[in-house]
Amino acid sequence: MATQNNTLSKGVDWTIVWLYAALVAIGILCIFMVEYRADGNWMSTLFSGKTNYSKQILFAAFCAVVGMFILLTDSKLFTALANLLYAFGILLMLATFVIGKNINGSKSWIPLGGGFNLQPAELCKIFAALALAKYLSRPETVFKKTQSQLLATAIALLPAALSILQHELGLALVYTAFLIPMYREGMPAQILIIAISFGVLVIASLTVEPNLLAALLTLLAGGILYLLRKSIRRNRRIITIVAACWIFCVGTQRLLVPYIFNNVLECYQSTRIYSMVGRDYDCSLNQKSARKGKERPAKKPDDYNVRQSKIAIGSGGFTGKGFLKGTQTRGKYVPAQHTDFIFTSLGEAFGFAGCCLFLGIYLFLLFRIIKMADRQRSTFSRVYAYSVASILFFHIAVNVGMTIGLFPIVGIPLPLISYGGSSLLTFTILLFILLRLDADRQMVLR
Amino acid sequence: MPVFNQSRGGIIQIIFAAVVLVIILQLANLQLFSTKYKLAAENNALFKKVIYPDRGIIFDRKRKPILENVIIYDLVVIPVDSKGTDTAGLCSLLKIDSIEYKKRMRDIINKTGMVRPGIFEPMLSPEMFARLNENLYKFSGFTLTERSVRNYPFHAAGHLLGYIDEVDTSFLRVHKEEGYQMGDFAGRTGLERTYEKVLMGKRGVKNYIRDNKSRLQGEYEKGLYDTAAVAGKNVFSSLDVELQKMAEELMTNKVGSVVAIDPATGGIICMVSAPTFDPNFLTGNQRRKHFAELLADPRKPFNNRAIQNNYSPGSTFKTIVGIIGLSEGVIDERFSVTCNGYFTGCGTGKPKCLDKGTFSFKEAVAHSDNSYFSTVYKKLLDQSKYETTDSALNVFNSYASSFGLGKRLGIDLPSERGGLLPTSAYYHKVYGKKFFPCNIISNAIGQGEVNTTMLQMANVMAIIANKGWYYTPHLIDSIEGGDPDDLLTGFKQKRLADQRIPANVYEAEQKAMQAVMDYGTAAGSAVPGIIVCGKTGTVENYAKVNGRVEKQQDHSFFGAFAPKDNPRIAIAVICENAGQGAWAAAPIASLLIEKYLKDSITGKERKDKYTTMVNKNLIPKLMRLEMAKNDSLKQLKESRLEQQRLLQESIEKAAEEASGLEQPIIPNTPAVPKKSTPKEAIIPKTGDKKKKYTIS
Repeated sequence: MATQNNTLSKGVDWTIVWLYAALVAIGILCIFMVEYRADGNWMSTLFSGKTNYSKQILFAAFCAVVGMFILLTDSKLFTALANLLYAFGILLMLATFVIGKNINGSKSWIPLGGGFNLQPAELCKIFAALALAKYLSRPETVFKKTQSQLLATAIALLPAALSILQHELGLALVYTAFLIPMYREGMPAQILIIAISFGVLVIASLTVEPNLLAALLTLLAGGILYLLRKSIRRNRRIITIVAACWIFCVGTQRLLVPYIFNNVLECYQSTRIYSMVGRDYDCSLNQKSARKGKERPAKKPDDYNVRQSKIAIGSGGFTGKGFLKGTQTRGKYVPAQHTDFIFTSLGEAFGFAGCCLFLGIYLFLLFRIIKMADRQRSTFSRVYAYSVASILFFHIAVNVGMTIGLFPIVGIPLPLISYGGSSLLTFTILLFILLRLDADRQMVLR
Repeated sequence: MPVFNQSRGGIIQIIFAAVVLVIILQLANLQLFSTKYKLAAENNALFKKVIYPDRGIIFDRKRKPILENVIIYDLVVIPVDSKGTDTAGLCSLLKIDSIEYKKRMRDIINKTGMVRPGIFEPMLSPEMFARLNENLYKFSGFTLTERSVRNYPFHAAGHLLGYIDEVDTSFLRVHKEEGYQMGDFAGRTGLERTYEKVLMGKRGVKNYIRDNKSRLQGEYEKGLYDTAAVAGKNVFSSLDVELQKMAEELMTNKVGSVVAIDPATGGIICMVSAPTFDPNFLTGNQRRKHFAELLADPRKPFNNRAIQNNYSPGSTFKTIVGIIGLSEGVIDERFSVTCNGYFTGCGTGKPKCLDKGTFSFKEAVAHSDNSYFSTVYKKLLDQSKYETTDSALNVFNSYASSFGLGKRLGIDLPSERGGLLPTSAYYHKVYGKKFFPCNIISNAIGQGEVNTTMLQMANVMAIIANKGWYYTPHLIDSIEGGDPDDLLTGFKQKRLADQRIPANVYEAEQKAMQAVMDYGTAAGSAVPGIIVCGKTGTVENYAKVNGRVEKQQDHSFFGAFAPKDNPRIAIAVICENAGQGAWAAAPIASLLIEKYLKDSITGKERKDKYTTMVNKNLIPKLMRLEMAKNDSLKQLKESRLEQQRLLQESIEKAAEEASGLEQPIIPNTPAVPKKSTPKEAIIPKTGDKKKKYTIS
């Protein structure tokens, strides 16, 4: 740079800082809405520190300090520590199996004392992002090679595997977000297309009657063969490929999907996914719950959460009921409303207009990060920026999608809004590391 | 450093935007295009509490409240909070057993659920309220809530006031637009029903927010959408509640009715249908029982005999025949008829006359001569200016209907009947193509097909008193704050009797009716110091007994007005099967006239007469038999119920002993042998009992 400026703010993208501050403030107000009681004195609850929103204010203050520290560091630190931190994160996750605390049925928390708990899987997102960036930015890595692609995928998915073992399906799903930076760095698009097609196949096998779907798949295969009849004359291998695809598809639909739903997933997970596509899942088919049957009878959970969540959001109308006037919020109809279902309080109070504005802020933040990513000179920063954008995007899409019934209920928070110190701290660190890297974008980092 | 794959950044942005767009589309679907979520949210969180206003009060003509509102208490329970309550203590206070307690609890839970209050014991008596209030701390989950019910300080006018009752589905169907809902109360009979719109007031709605466990969380929007309850309007009646009370006393142990009208306004001063009932009977927690009792009474106490019964008017109808005869000019006051025992005009020897001799108009009225009015009636129908009997009868009817006969008068009480003024068409049906005056001669003396209600007869008296006009008889004179629903408009309109009747005809009629009281049939019922004009009636009647039509004791009938100048009261009285008009109806009317005009009964003789009349038991023989039969049946039933109760108790005991907590079930299918031991023991037992009763 032409002029040397040693102040902290040099090169920092203040737009993102403001967006970050705005979102955290919105989050605190949303939590306040959930806890508000007409008869209580909000001043006294604010200073007593016993309510969730006052705790969230404390978290936010702590996060501001952490953010400040990160901005004060040198960006070289992150490239240097990336692999070490990743290893530390994996260790922490392994440690939860030993010293973990059971909260809401998942043993993924490490008690820190003073009523605070840490979820290593949350922090591991940062470490995985750094590690992935570090790996992809190595000069000797040639990402066109399948071997590199597989290794990168392994870095991204190792914490996910550990999360699944901790019964945190939602957190595990988040790690699939790393496919996006990998795609950006040159992973073949076919993989994404195949992944999406596979997703469609899975959903289809849930919704469409099995025999009908098999017939449709057969018809599709037949159609492809008919269209390719000229090429087939030249190359007989096409028949083999199409046949193999057909066998794989029907196999998935007939055997794999039922197997996963009956044997791998828990009964409640299967039920949630089925209920999202408008189907009832028969828990008596679930081997896992049958095995557990003696401890806990396979109860059939209904879609109460989604129903109440949709009612709260749907009743907001265009302009919403107004701040603190949401009847569903005040009546505590939506379960876990201050954490995973925080979006409902916003949807009820501010309606469609408020939701669009809110999503607009998010989208603006995402685009800003991508813009930032593409102006980086170093691969490390770019990959890291894309990872941050992808993780944020994935959280937003899944969380909002589940409150409005587009996605099955998985317990992942709405970034910067949901109540929870771990989640807020994770996203703060993610963003502020990005800001630090961006401030030093003229340096080439390895 | 070259940035490769730059285009993929754009694709990723498109993917982000596309996903957000999908979310926004779903949001639009939920928030903008579906209404069901709004409804569901209201159902979830809004609790609309209906605030019931106090019903309006009905005052009499001296501004005394005939009915008012009092607060009584219900014992209310929230089942979920009632755990650990002193069940045994509560049961012994309420005098119920634990089975009944469990049953009521179950019913409440079925009806309103675990967390909302349900009525455990409605309408507590004051003693019960006091006792429960003192001990309420022992019964967690139970509270006492107040409600407003009707109270009748004079214990009078049950027929007129009517009662309020919980609305049923048929009521809701009829009154769809008026916002009633299940559980509301509405006036179902009498004035409560006619003036329901005015008396009910306006219900208010208070909106509360409730949470996911149905607990109220406070007002919704600080009461912005609440509507205030507006108390019902008071209404002012023309009734004189003291006279009403006295009339009811005079009619004790009689069957019949009294109607008194203020001729100047058409306002009803008193209206009694005997036997009557204390309206307080139909409030409070014994209501259902009292209802059943009254419904079972063979005297039909719910029947308002003043407006719902058609009677033959008997000799009282002669006043009408006389007026029409004089107006049409078929007779004049000097016209006289000699009776030697019966009417000779038709050659049938009917009708007979009681007093033999020659009668002018005045004497004929005074002594109620049948031959005279048969002659007049025949002359009327035989008039040469009307070509046929048909048209002559039509003319007669046009006069009579201008006196309010043959149609409903339109009183402000439901279920009024209109009497019958038979037309020529009616007689053609009976007698074929042609009928003769002699066919229908009985009408001359009010014994034929002519039927009137007591209200109509009282109104006829008012018309004669007014010399040719009347106001539609009514009970309510004015409504507090005006009459926006035009309920009273019809009562403010002066109605004229037939204008062909000259004033001197009324004068002649009044003179003749005065003679009735002076020296005629009702000479014993004169009111000292007041010129009363009256006309007795003795109505022959028949009843079917064991399939045979038998003549019953005559109905005692009397119509009158007083004073002759500036008349203030017109009255009609009937005592069923009490003999001649002068025996029962006339003295009752005379006492009521004295009370109303002089404010009290004065003189030993009159007071004695009052006591005698009150004490007279004139219940018709047939009804007395019926009542006796019912009483014995009731006794039998009660003793049988008692037997059954004892039996049931022993069964329960046996069942409890046999199967612990299990409750006995009435066996109708062959049960498992092990369980059926106590049951099998029961069947022959009940059979035995039944046999015993049928024999006795």
